[in-house]
Amino acid sequence: MITNPYLPQPAEIISITKETTTDYTFRLKTDIQPDFGQFVEVSIPKVGEAPISVSNAQPGWIELTIRRVGHLTNELHELKPGDLLFIRGPYGKGFPKEQYRDKSLIIAAGGTGLAPVRNLINYYYQHPGEVRQLSLLMGFKTPEDILFKEDIEKWRSKFQVLLTVDKESPGWSGHVGLITNFVKDAVGENSSASRVIIVGPPLMMKFTSQEFIKYNIPEENIWLSFERKMCCGIGKCGHCRINDTYVCLEGPVFPYITAKNLLD
Amino acid sequence: MAYILTHAEFDTVLQRLKQDYILIGPVRKKNKGKFSDADLITYGQIESLSDLETNGKSQFSAKETIFPPSQTLFYFTEDEYREPKFEPQKRIVFLRACDFNAIKRLDLLFLENGQFVDAYYKRLREKTHFFVFGCEKSYENCFCVSTGTNQCEGYDAFLNFKGEKINLFPSEPFKRYFAGYEENEDILPQFIERNHIQVDIPEGLSTKIYDHPYWDQYGKRCIGCGRCNFSCPTCTCFTMQDIFYRDNKNAGERRRVWASCQVDGFTDMAGGHSYRKQQGERMRFKVMHKIHDFAKRFNMHMCVGCGRCDDVCPEYISFSQCISGLKGVVAHDN
Repeated sequence: MITNPYLPQPAEIISITKETTTDYTFRLKTDIQPDFGQFVEVSIPKVGEAPISVSNAQPGWIELTIRRVGHLTNELHELKPGDLLFIRGPYGKGFPKEQYRDKSLIIAAGGTGLAPVRNLINYYYQHPGEVRQLSLLMGFKTPEDILFKEDIEKWRSKFQVLLTVDKESPGWSGHVGLITNFVKDAVGENSSASRVIIVGPPLMMKFTSQEFIKYNIPEENIWLSFERKMCCGIGKCGHCRINDTYVCLEGPVFPYITAKNLLD
Repeated sequence: MAYILTHAEFDTVLQRLKQDYILIGPVRKKNKGKFSDADLITYGQIESLSDLETNGKSQFSAKETIFPPSQTLFYFTEDEYREPKFEPQKRIVFLRACDFNAIKRLDLLFLENGQFVDAYYKRLREKTHFFVFGCEKSYENCFCVSTGTNQCEGYDAFLNFKGEKINLFPSEPFKRYFAGYEENEDILPQFIERNHIQVDIPEGLSTKIYDHPYWDQYGKRCIGCGRCNFSCPTCTCFTMQDIFYRDNKNAGERRRVWASCQVDGFTDMAGGHSYRKQQGERMRFKVMHKIHDFAKRFNMHMCVGCGRCDDVCPEYISFSQCISGLKGVVAHDN
């Protein structure tokens, strides 16, 4: 009998948190214990399957933060606690946590890019001694798009947090401007020893990486997490391939020195 | 050592094989071709040797016998799901050397890439045996000699059609089906040694070639229909597709269907991002995979030189000419 790697497991929805009007976080009952930065394939039978990064996890449950942007995610947003979702995984290579031990770490996240690193940030919140210092640089389109607001407030107590929006709206008193404008502030002094994680839309990652390099962060100290259309998650379907690299197998987290040669 | 049988004698062998195997091979369908009065050569079940069409290239390769264009992975009813009952019968597939070499490429991807074995592929694959028949001549657009895939080994039997006679080279396990005939001829399998088209796959390809204006011509010509991928014996990409039944929305299935890197939507992600929006970039992506990227990962080129992509392209784009042109570009740039 061959194990069928495409076989999904039912997972009950424990709770649903509405982060914004279009982003919901689903907490699912499951034994899956993902590494930081891994993803799962999520499906509603008869509707579809899609790769979703794990935005939080503890023994017994995982959280997935899902934006309503298409056929499957529209259906997902109709579900209620107690309903079943189907998942398989976890897949991919996550963040090499041991490489950040006792270092200054900067995590720059744009929009939904915060989801794949949220679990790691929460881990450091629980184990603040594991890195020397953690700085968070987070950007969203507008104040209404900010995800994980409670977490962000909580993180402020232990980490340096820089939150910016591209476009302000009435009542916003925080930073305004693209993430790239604030890289200099996030880097501060003695930058070259810092480790940097950048996650967000392709252009954001490209220009934010360039900005960090400009402020003397060595390329080998930077990691990115890629988003691709991973239909299978196990190196077969071909949708996520770049050159001879399968993002679902060798990624989605890549060292910048590898990522810079991954040209679509 | 070989058996030399008449067609009638080999038919007797085939009838013996049919006791244990389904026989699948290229068959000719009268007037089913893409032009009027043209025949279609396609893969189908064969009952006797007269069904097997060895004169002409099949439009699609033998790939579909182990990787079907659409394959049901699960059936769903409300919250329950089950795998299809799947007990494939043992089969013998007749195919040419290029297509047999292509099977090795499929094996690498489905069985060895990543830590998981593709269960659906494996179930069909391990029930399938391959009888390779030599090409008496090279067909239009073939360049298998250039890709080294005109020859092969590891088959279950090899056949050379020689007019009234057939030279047969069965592997040990299949010799019992030849009982009563003498294996006494000291001859070797014959492979095609020359194509009309020769290509020289360029060495030293890299991402430096990605931005070259060479690819722009394909941006203008390619209409992104994906025929080249679907007719390719080595293309393995697929997309997951869930459906519900029109008569009962509570029941449905999950399938995987062939996908094409040339067709819109291949890289589309939720939220609207996509990559390689230009057809020229997609052509580059495909070509680089066939003659560079696959080999970096698996130590053999993906392309087996069957020329089917050229056969089916509605825009008369030639893959072999593309490779030859690329050779010139690389030589010029270095």
